[in-house]
Amino acid sequence: MRTTAPDVSASGPLSYDVVIVGGGAAGLRAAIAVAETAPALSVAIVSKVYPMRSHTVSAEGGAAAVIKDVDSLDEHFRDTVSGGDWLCDQDAVEFFVEEAPKELLRLEHWGCPWSREPDGHVAVRPFGGMKQQRTWFAADKTGFHLLHALFQTSLKHQQIVRHDEWFATKLLVDDGRVGGVAGIELATGRIETIAAKAVILCTGGCGRVYPFTTNANIKTGDGMALAYRAGGPLKDMEFVQYHPTGLPFTGILITEAARAEGGWLLNRDGYRYLQDYDLGKPEPHPVFKSMELGPRDRLSQAFVKEMEKGRTIPTSYGPIVHLDLRHLGEQTIDTKLPFVRELCRDYERIDPVRELIPVRPVVHYMMGGVHTDIDGAAGVAGLYAAGETACVSINGANRLGSNSLPECLVFGARAGEAAASHAASAPGPAASLAAQAADERRRLEELLRRDGGRERVSTLRQEMQAAMEAGAGIYRSRDDLVKSVDRVHELQDRFRSVRLTDHSLTFNTELIAALELEFMLEVAGSILHSALMREESRGAHQRVDFPRRDDEQFLAHSLICRNDDGSWRIEYPPVTITRWPPGERVYGR
Amino acid sequence: MRTIALRVARYRPEDETEPTMQEYEVPLREDWAVLDGLNHIKDHLDGTLSYRWSCRMGICGSCGMTVNGEPKLTCGTFLTDYAPGPVTVEPLRNFPVVRDLVVDISDFMGKLPTVSPWIVDSEDAAPAEGEHLQTPEELDEYQQYSMCINCMLCYSACPVYGLDQDFLGPAAIALAQRYNLDSRDHGAHQRVDVLSAADGVWSCTFVGECTTACPKGVDPAGAIQRYKLTAATESVKSLLMPWGRRSDLPRPSGADQDNNAWSREVR
Repeated sequence: MRTTAPDVSASGPLSYDVVIVGGGAAGLRAAIAVAETAPALSVAIVSKVYPMRSHTVSAEGGAAAVIKDVDSLDEHFRDTVSGGDWLCDQDAVEFFVEEAPKELLRLEHWGCPWSREPDGHVAVRPFGGMKQQRTWFAADKTGFHLLHALFQTSLKHQQIVRHDEWFATKLLVDDGRVGGVAGIELATGRIETIAAKAVILCTGGCGRVYPFTTNANIKTGDGMALAYRAGGPLKDMEFVQYHPTGLPFTGILITEAARAEGGWLLNRDGYRYLQDYDLGKPEPHPVFKSMELGPRDRLSQAFVKEMEKGRTIPTSYGPIVHLDLRHLGEQTIDTKLPFVRELCRDYERIDPVRELIPVRPVVHYMMGGVHTDIDGAAGVAGLYAAGETACVSINGANRLGSNSLPECLVFGARAGEAAASHAASAPGPAASLAAQAADERRRLEELLRRDGGRERVSTLRQEMQAAMEAGAGIYRSRDDLVKSVDRVHELQDRFRSVRLTDHSLTFNTELIAALELEFMLEVAGSILHSALMREESRGAHQRVDFPRRDDEQFLAHSLICRNDDGSWRIEYPPVTITRWPPGERVYGR
Repeated sequence: MRTIALRVARYRPEDETEPTMQEYEVPLREDWAVLDGLNHIKDHLDGTLSYRWSCRMGICGSCGMTVNGEPKLTCGTFLTDYAPGPVTVEPLRNFPVVRDLVVDISDFMGKLPTVSPWIVDSEDAAPAEGEHLQTPEELDEYQQYSMCINCMLCYSACPVYGLDQDFLGPAAIALAQRYNLDSRDHGAHQRVDVLSAADGVWSCTFVGECTTACPKGVDPAGAIQRYKLTAATESVKSLLMPWGRRSDLPRPSGADQDNNAWSREVR
């Protein structure tokens, strides 16, 4: 075995025109946009993992964009707005549906191996809540292929500098203007300021605040917490998507494409129970916006109701129902859903060609995030956000499956262009940033050296996750939310005496886990507060004590801001309605 | 509760000059992967153990390690398959070790761009509007090679890379072939120098360990052999028809077409 000493030599101050935090689909797309539209600018990606490890890699089913003649932008718009229970900003959705086909074609030109029709045209499949077949796919590894195509294409642009395996700990802001980030290089423990005229946050979601999630270990809400702590508001944080079909122990996602190809959800009696929840009548073949192709919020809620009726199946990992793909046959499964078969075999040790897949709802996606406008601008000069980290909002109260990948591309590109244009005319970093960076360095060094603390990172994390599931699950109530708010406050207090057992500078994953936990506690608090204050039920936010949608009071975004002392305030700016006033969400009829 | 012993390689460069082994007892549960065992250690027994992991579903490529001597994705390698144990977990071989189970893959990251792993357009090839047409059969030509997750198991398994770090290596060559074989690409001529160089395909002695190690069914060994044939044919052709080969030489019009065809003619 060969070993290497870490290179601790500092290479001088790091400074770029645009710094992108996160190297997934949104971050890479933003970087390429900067490189293509502003070749004179310097741009860097700062990511805590190598870009091809980013969580985009796990997206399976596909990416929605209108390309077929039978489809229309208006229908994609309407599906998205009604799917989001009218909480989407309609100007943003209009822009999104127009841009999505261009972006997916761009990815086609960049080598994404989209699945094809026999004549060579890109193939599309149905997806939940969509009235037409408009979901492009690369078998059922769409996110993987999209990410690798983006990453490999980014390598063509020598202008794009990467700081791989660097963890951004703080946004440096002076006088309401972003000046860069402070970050730690994992390999060496070196703490550096990375100065920038514009920063784009593309760090993805925060599913790890919950105990049971499809999200990768890295999904700790870093960008949300960075913005929130720097004075940028978070928007609609109470809207947390549970995907109806996760594998019970691991939380591994079984893609909605499995139902789009004709899979059925069965309760303990083998009965397609969704027919009891106003989602249509069971047909042998999939019907758009009906039954198993209903939206995720409604399907996950139906699971809870079914559980309350005692019609789910108990297991050591909680109640489950079954996803039945057997009638699709081996050939369809192998061509359209090979990853589903691979995952079931490797992780559940079952073969969906012959066996039922056990599934239960699993935390999957944050509709909320860093509040941005349509350009990705985040309310602090020079700060931008795109992808799941951000909330524009096109997803409203419930995202439709296959809208998130194109969202990363459309708004990643837009934020990249906007940030480049801002950076081109912005002054250099303020002198006061050095003092901020020095403070941050002291804070991190103190945390690393600290000996006295009592609290373990893993214990606090598990308690936080339990509190989130108890308070901000599929159904919520005032009492549960209040308890969880108190709990998270207590955990934040206890975090002050967190203890690190690892004092090494070299690839110290305990230090990173502690910093991630601190971010997650911040984000968890914002979710709970926003959920407590929204006294209505809409999309993925269901309050048992306020079971109806209340457009009088809450046709509005929750904008939560953090005060300097850690307390918070919420404002309710109205939703932008351009052409479709709120109506009833109709599925299966 | 049943348990199993994990013997884990530790290396703390600030304190040690050589790696050591440390043993931990972890629960032996039916559905626990080796990675779950490591996470149990990290969360409950020893917070100082360092390793990489992320997706826990075999697609991000982070958690490759050497398990009982073989390169494996630890998220998809089950403890029960090694019962009653012990299970030895070491860093991937053939790479410098940064710390504990974390290896330095910057060599591979540096090699990636040298094979131009992107679609190279000819001037008139990209449609101004709409998509390139690509039939399912054309997709099949390269699809297998597009499945690589860069997990580095093949480099860890490769005896040639173990001896010679300059060898381009299985994943990088397979990726070059992924683009060479893509009907949309016109860049085979850009990749020929690096692939045909001494440290390119010709270094491979066709042991085939890379293909055995691949957790995603990619066949890098096949890609390498296939390219050797292409390169050999091309080399003979270039003696006979020196104008047809290299992009930096003057070419007759329509050469892009020819060029693309030659990369795919040997099947």
